[in-house]
Amino acid sequence: MSNRRLRILIAKPGLDGHDRGAKIVARALRDAGMEVIYTGLRQTPEQIVQAAIQEDVDAIGLSILSGAHEHLFNRIMQLLADQDALDILVFGGGIIPDEDIPGLKKLGVAEIFQPGSSTRDIIRFLNQAV
Amino acid sequence: MKGSRFGSARASFGAPDVAELDYRRDIGEPGSYPYTRGIYPNMYRGRLWTMRQFSGHGSAEETNRRYRFLLEHGQTGLSVAFDLPTLMGLDSDDPLSAGEVGKCGVAVDSLRDMEVLFDGIDLSRVSTSMTINAPAAVLLAMYVVAAEKQGVVARRIRGTLQNDILKEYIAQKEWIFPPVPSMRLVVDSIQFCSQQLPRYNSISISGYHIREAGSTAVQELAFTLRDGVEYVDWCVRRGMEVDDFAPRLSFFFNSHNNFFEEIAKFRAARRLWARTMRNRFGARNERSWMCRFHTQTAGCTLTMQQPANNIVRTTLQAVAAVLGGTNSLHTNALDEAWALPTEETAKIALRTQQVLAYESGLTASVDPAGGSYYLENLTCRVEDQAVEYMDRIDGMGGMIDAIEAGYPQREIQDASYREQRAIEKEDQVVVGVNRFVTDEPSRPEILRIGPEVEDAQVRGLRALRRERNEVSVSRALRDLCQAARTDRNLMPHLTHAVREYATVGEICSSLKEVFGVYQEPLF
Repeated sequence: MSNRRLRILIAKPGLDGHDRGAKIVARALRDAGMEVIYTGLRQTPEQIVQAAIQEDVDAIGLSILSGAHEHLFNRIMQLLADQDALDILVFGGGIIPDEDIPGLKKLGVAEIFQPGSSTRDIIRFLNQAV
Repeated sequence: MKGSRFGSARASFGAPDVAELDYRRDIGEPGSYPYTRGIYPNMYRGRLWTMRQFSGHGSAEETNRRYRFLLEHGQTGLSVAFDLPTLMGLDSDDPLSAGEVGKCGVAVDSLRDMEVLFDGIDLSRVSTSMTINAPAAVLLAMYVVAAEKQGVVARRIRGTLQNDILKEYIAQKEWIFPPVPSMRLVVDSIQFCSQQLPRYNSISISGYHIREAGSTAVQELAFTLRDGVEYVDWCVRRGMEVDDFAPRLSFFFNSHNNFFEEIAKFRAARRLWARTMRNRFGARNERSWMCRFHTQTAGCTLTMQQPANNIVRTTLQAVAAVLGGTNSLHTNALDEAWALPTEETAKIALRTQQVLAYESGLTASVDPAGGSYYLENLTCRVEDQAVEYMDRIDGMGGMIDAIEAGYPQREIQDASYREQRAIEKEDQVVVGVNRFVTDEPSRPEILRIGPEVEDAQVRGLRALRRERNEVSVSRALRDLCQAARTDRNLMPHLTHAVREYATVGEICSSLKEVFGVYQEPLF
């Protein structure tokens, strides 16, 4: 592994304003020594992918609590593919039921962290997967 | 052994801990100032709290069916959950709405959806709460016109409009316009209600979302009541008499896990609001002093793991709300860390309230927990700490200045991060999550909202645009924009626009042209 600090984009796509989880994860990753860029609320998939490429991040973490995860993950994976940027790892969290996870992983989403997940698990995951 | 995380350094409390309390000054009989023990002399002996389950999903037809189901099962009031596009003032066919239509509430684009939503439900008999904030004035106008079309005159309409934009900037973050024009819309609707809808609560000043965003109980109480002060200030500055509108201000709190602290918070809320209204605003009408509130059990305490445990959490939180003297109550369903509740889990949630109301004896005596050394002392401590926060916000120039400085937002973020760390270090136990963990699969049957809802909603919206009178709609929207540039009350203009079947999205875009949109600074 290189010594470069991991750069992570934490994003809130869609209309959902519940940013408690996104902010906790952003802060925990920062405390763990990663560089974190938080997009703020209501970013379109286009804005998120553009920010990820511009900021040259290693991973994008998406937080969605509104039930619109299938649509939004799909769109973001598609845009990453269009931009030839699938080397950026995508993970996510929020109110996402078990049975939706296999479908999301098939799209190429690396991991989903459901309610009750520990930030330590997210940190461990990123350190291993990126 | 560490001190209890529940904030009490002492093993027990006794008479010296309440020695400074004066019964008449600080507690009072139930139904008497400062209402620490409850706003009515008889409380639940006279009338039970209203069982008001918040619900809505998919289309207006589907939600109408759920409402009828809940009313048939003994629910006593309705509470509308709108989907995110509606909450954000967007139509279902807006590109930003893609994937979100009908997902976490019902999609309402126009008066037509509102008519379907309440089809066969007599709006002169049922009270309806509507959880809507940034476009609240628009949905209020729709409700009034939908009632009118049923033959129900405005003065008979009962219910509550959430209409609390300040907590959106602080916590829930579903805003459209910047704070100042948003406050103007709130004041317009409060004024309209005070003149036309005497039985309707024009606002529900909400701590619920502040708590869900991770605040402490004290922060929830303080920020909510300080929001209340801000609304009263603005209404008074508009030239309204405090006693003309204050009796119709209502509140909405969270009931969280820390049982006694929650009861103390509810009791402190009543006392502190009564004192604030009387001393700060010189209100003379007793009803202006009364903090009437709805309570919802804490969604953020529900766990995805071992979901049946959530029934127990919700029950305890509901008991705290009842011992705290809530006026209405929503109990969460066991599967809400997964998705919106199914019919079955929604029924268990309602039954939980019915068991408390009819089987437990909790209702036999008013404020049965009052007089406990611990609880009375805790009520005072919660109140004192809330007053400190409120004074600090006064010192910053009021809630809007505090919000623009990011003060309440940062306080909440810090509290939520502290809690997360405590859970991860296992200083704070969450049963089934960081202690007593099992591998058993716990997947409940969940409610799914398919993409067909969005397709049908968009088709309906396009049909509406073909069928309505476009000339009248454009004229109504132009007239609304013009009025928005003056200081006239916008409610009559909104009522006119919705009557012509202008959509939520069209009305909000028109207002955006005049008011602009809010951009959150990053904190």
